[in-house]
Amino acid sequence: MFELIGIPPQAFYAQLTLGLVNGAFYAVLSLGLAVIFGLLNVINFTHGAQYMMGAFAGYILLTLFGVPYWGALILAPIIVGAIGIVIERTMLRHLYHLDHLYGLLLTFGLVLVIEGLFRQQYGVSGRPYPNPLPGGQNLGFMFLPNYRLWVIVASVVVCFATWYLIEQTRLGSYLRAAVERPDLVQAFGINVPVMVTLTYGFGVALAGFAGVLAAPIQVVSPMMGMNIIIVVFAVVVIGGMGSILGAIITGYFLGLVEGLTRVFYPEASSTVIFVIMAIVLLIRPQGLFGKAK
Amino acid sequence: MVSRKLLYGLSAIALMSATSAHAIDVKLGVLTDMSGLYADLTGQGSVWATRKAIEDFGAEEKGWNVEVVFADHQNRPDVGSTVVRQWFDTDDVDAVVDVPTSSVALAVNELTADRNKVFLVSGAATADLTGSACTPNTVHWTYDTWALANGTGRAIVETGGESWFFLTADYAFGHALERDTSAVVEEFGGQVLGTVRHPFPGTDFSSFILQAQGSGAQIIGLANAGGDTVNAVNTAAEFGIVQAGQNLAALLMFITDVHAIGLENAQGLIFTEAWYWDQNDVNREFAAEFAEANRGNKPTMIHAGVYSSVLHYLKAIEEVGSAEDGAAVVAAMKEIPTDDKLFGEGMIREDGRKIHDMYLFEVKAPDESTGDWDYYHQRAVIPADGAFRPLEDGGCEFVASAN
Repeated sequence: MFELIGIPPQAFYAQLTLGLVNGAFYAVLSLGLAVIFGLLNVINFTHGAQYMMGAFAGYILLTLFGVPYWGALILAPIIVGAIGIVIERTMLRHLYHLDHLYGLLLTFGLVLVIEGLFRQQYGVSGRPYPNPLPGGQNLGFMFLPNYRLWVIVASVVVCFATWYLIEQTRLGSYLRAAVERPDLVQAFGINVPVMVTLTYGFGVALAGFAGVLAAPIQVVSPMMGMNIIIVVFAVVVIGGMGSILGAIITGYFLGLVEGLTRVFYPEASSTVIFVIMAIVLLIRPQGLFGKAK
Repeated sequence: MVSRKLLYGLSAIALMSATSAHAIDVKLGVLTDMSGLYADLTGQGSVWATRKAIEDFGAEEKGWNVEVVFADHQNRPDVGSTVVRQWFDTDDVDAVVDVPTSSVALAVNELTADRNKVFLVSGAATADLTGSACTPNTVHWTYDTWALANGTGRAIVETGGESWFFLTADYAFGHALERDTSAVVEEFGGQVLGTVRHPFPGTDFSSFILQAQGSGAQIIGLANAGGDTVNAVNTAAEFGIVQAGQNLAALLMFITDVHAIGLENAQGLIFTEAWYWDQNDVNREFAAEFAEANRGNKPTMIHAGVYSSVLHYLKAIEEVGSAEDGAAVVAAMKEIPTDDKLFGEGMIREDGRKIHDMYLFEVKAPDESTGDWDYYHQRAVIPADGAFRPLEDGGCEFVASAN
């Protein structure tokens, strides 16, 4: 089979592994988007900028305050999440009763402002972030840097924990109930507005977490969010807007597809996800895991 | 009443004669990447360098009216063409300056010749601008893909790096750089084992680095620039490429890229540039002024090239007496020998190629550097007469037909 497709099996497995690493980022980011869309009905365009802010929070914590990577992995999402909460309380909140489009426009405007500010301060080239886990494992078919292995582990843990929190716990059931009938949930004595605020903060913190995770692999740059967010939106559309499990599985899956495209026809690797998105929209407009409304 | 009319008339005549004798109007349009991956190595710095050249030329003292406008082309040929068309057709811009990103530059190049304006290229790399796409209205100042290939490619093959694998940015610039470097590698006895073309701009390079690793080539040639090169070098470090015995050749590298990568991962890289801020006192003084206006960054060779090209352009206008006829101004630029504080003495060839020395630099190890921006060792000077593609090899049509 491998002779037929023209690459040795080692290279094939290696590319699959790397695709999984990219898929890990897609999964964490699209998960955050799905949580926010599922519970707030807001298309959070700021997600890429918040991912970038996570990376910069890690960089600033390290260079100005000497906080190492592992501390930043906890602190940066909290900081970025807190900023998200401020955005929700001061701006986003006022748009819930309007069409989706307004939330999208607001968050898109915020992207331009936030990225502009960072570009003004740091330029576009970005700054290096030291690798906390240098070295790597020889897997037989490839040399896998330790840090990439960590990325896969961390993302799987975070994705599973989030899915469990929302789909399997009592808190999650409140959240899901609040989506269906906020008035009724409120009547049962649950503070729905606070829950919505915290949910947005949590979704944003996921983006910040992905940002710190990406910092040692990619250069910490104001552009990093812009480059990835469009792909992540495609992932969410393919998975089905608002579907938690869909976002996770589609994220990993599309990372793999993209990885394979990089071997067979690298020129198309930036477009293959959008081709899949177009096909899915034609055949199953609600997305692979979405429910038809 | 009559006397008042006469007074108006006389003063009008006096004004008219004053303008025709001295004042020259020039409008320069800096078209560059203001927000994308090349914005630090060109961007606002290029606008600053343009203004600095106008100031050093003494435009104001001479009574000239020199205006600078600028725009962001977003690295897209369609955006760039639209801006330049408006500049030429309604805004009376006389010359377009800088234009990084070869695909945009090639589009602007055509427009400039069509409208008989002037194109002062510093940022774009493709050697086609003075080759198959040459025009009598374009001057290519700082560097080109042929010069990079000739400098870096040759130095590496001659020190034993004979088998190559290319990581190429998938657009005009990457293709030209790969083509020119392959030619040099093969000419000096090396061989090219393969190439992979990555999307521009790229985000994740691990897959491509792995393919390069699998090729077994001694040298992985990076035919890309800016953020793409930065990411590729970092990924190579992560995958232990150099420890495993392969080496990287950054075919186009700028000081801002080295700054972004950090010396830990960039050390030992060898590449070709036309200018470095720490070469002499004049450069250092220019760099200090630049840094003050540009968030503490040092200027790249592109910024230096923008300064020099604009200065020489203004000298040529002084000679011609007007900026109206683009081809005539460029002809004067070629006639007058170039001489400025950053690039020294040189000349512009018939095909529009500016000729000067190029330099081979090596990135310092972290313990050799005295601080931020102290990044290069100068390894060799590539003398002007061998630094650029020979005139007859370029295939520039209007030169061939003139001879």
